[in-house]
Amino acid sequence: MKLVTAVIKPYQLDAVKEALHALGVAGLTVSEVQGYGRQKGHTEVYRGAEYTVEFLPKIKVEVLTDEIDVEKIVDAVVTSARTGKIGDGKVWVTPVEDVVRVRTGERGLDAL
Amino acid sequence: MEINTGNTAWLLVSSALVLLMTPGLALFYGGLNRSKGALNMMMMSFSCIGLISVLWALYGFSVAFGTNGSSGLNNFLGSFSQYFGTGTSWIGEEWLVAGAKTGIPTYVFMVFQMMFAIITVALISGALSDRLKFGGWVLFAFGWFTLVYVPVAHMVWGGGLIGAKIGALDFAGGTAVHINAGAAALGVTLVLGKRIGWPRENMRPHNVPFVALGAGLLWFGWFGFNAGSELTVDSVTAVAFVNTQLATAAALVGWCLIEWLRDGKPTLVGASSGAVAGLVAITPACGFIAPLPAVLLGLVAGALCALAVGLKYRFGYDDSLDVVGVHFVGGWIGSLFIGLFATTQVNAVAARESLFYGGGLDQLWRQFLGSGIVTVYSFGIAALLALVLKAVRIFRVDQDAEVGGIDIADHGESAYDLVPAGGAGGGGAFAMAGIAQPTVDADGKASVSQKVAG
Repeated sequence: MKLVTAVIKPYQLDAVKEALHALGVAGLTVSEVQGYGRQKGHTEVYRGAEYTVEFLPKIKVEVLTDEIDVEKIVDAVVTSARTGKIGDGKVWVTPVEDVVRVRTGERGLDAL
Repeated sequence: MEINTGNTAWLLVSSALVLLMTPGLALFYGGLNRSKGALNMMMMSFSCIGLISVLWALYGFSVAFGTNGSSGLNNFLGSFSQYFGTGTSWIGEEWLVAGAKTGIPTYVFMVFQMMFAIITVALISGALSDRLKFGGWVLFAFGWFTLVYVPVAHMVWGGGLIGAKIGALDFAGGTAVHINAGAAALGVTLVLGKRIGWPRENMRPHNVPFVALGAGLLWFGWFGFNAGSELTVDSVTAVAFVNTQLATAAALVGWCLIEWLRDGKPTLVGASSGAVAGLVAITPACGFIAPLPAVLLGLVAGALCALAVGLKYRFGYDDSLDVVGVHFVGGWIGSLFIGLFATTQVNAVAARESLFYGGGLDQLWRQFLGSGIVTVYSFGIAALLALVLKAVRIFRVDQDAEVGGIDIADHGESAYDLVPAGGAGGGGAFAMAGIAQPTVDADGKASVSQKVAG
């Protein structure tokens, strides 16, 4: 099993959600995060004084999946989250040892 | 006394307009401040409405606008008995301007001037954000009002040295209000010192829409401030009203132009600040100059104040919200413009023609002298009061309180508590789980439980 984690632009969440829904992904978790990448935030000027806003607001999307669907999911997230401009984010995949469904106690692939 | 209903109604409305400027100022300053000190910032304005109103009725008005029996002392102070207290003996008295009837009850003039005293003291607070103990502010407001505002108002408007002897003109408060408050702000902030982390840390405005709302309320109220200062309703009232709009609009343009050229982008903070700079600069001149010079005055004030707010970085004083850059500099520009463009064609009270109307440098020198006296006096006494408060340790909050936020340390409340009441409705998962963000007071004591009064 795999965990697909994506950090994306906030305004791309709807597109990513739609793309994953179209693939039949049963559930996902989103959280608000802040960070910076190569673009190093942006600057704002107030009364002539320049301020660097280092941490930009982003959305983190997490999806649990089996080994078969992982490539399709990664492709779907990357395609739907892309605007082509700097700050589009990143997607990474990590192995998952075990998953348990709280309600039934099912484990592994059955719990996905 | 025969009441002139038009004049009296206008002055009553103007008084209410000028009062509204102080809550407007609270929003303007509150929005420019960081969120952890927003309430303290606004409280410094609101506390002036409470404190100064009462002091003005008790003794401020009498000492500022009464006439002292000694003509020497009358240069600096009015009467201690004429309108002292809240007596009823003068309730039916008519306010006279240079002996001429106005048809306005003295009580109405007293309350109009009360609103000026309130906002002048409140203006100073913008330089002192996030680090002055609230008790220290209240004591300072009391001391500065008594020792500086009241005598300066007498010197400028009450028949004292600057207005009556030197002949410096100030229609609505360029010297008595803005130079006065700006010089005091500089004096106190030099003693108070910089905020921790200034200018290295990010101290950008926390709520720009508040800034714009506050500037809008100030602009609206300022028509009472400026056009109301004619007291009566006549052609000068009309010119003052028109000039207020024109100069403010031009200053908004001037400030934004500087930003566009220098920083590449015009900002809403800049447009709001430019409007306030224009309002400040036109204040002394609005009843003395023609509308076209008022446009020029606005452009110059907007552009110069946009540059002047950068001075604090060069000289290293933390005038947090630019009281010096906007009110002191704007006040001086407006005062000197009287010496350049005032004319008896607009207002016979001007008495002398200015430089561009063939009057030479005479009036300009008088303006310089009057503004200079107020600058030196207000700066000196304000710094002295600050040193006294520092000596008795009712001055700067301790480091923990400053870093944690003066709102919680000195007022026990915070501007933005986003946990929904009762735990229902909107809010994030933490709110639904009943996990409140812990509020920690200055002593490090966390408190999330609710205390019921009584």
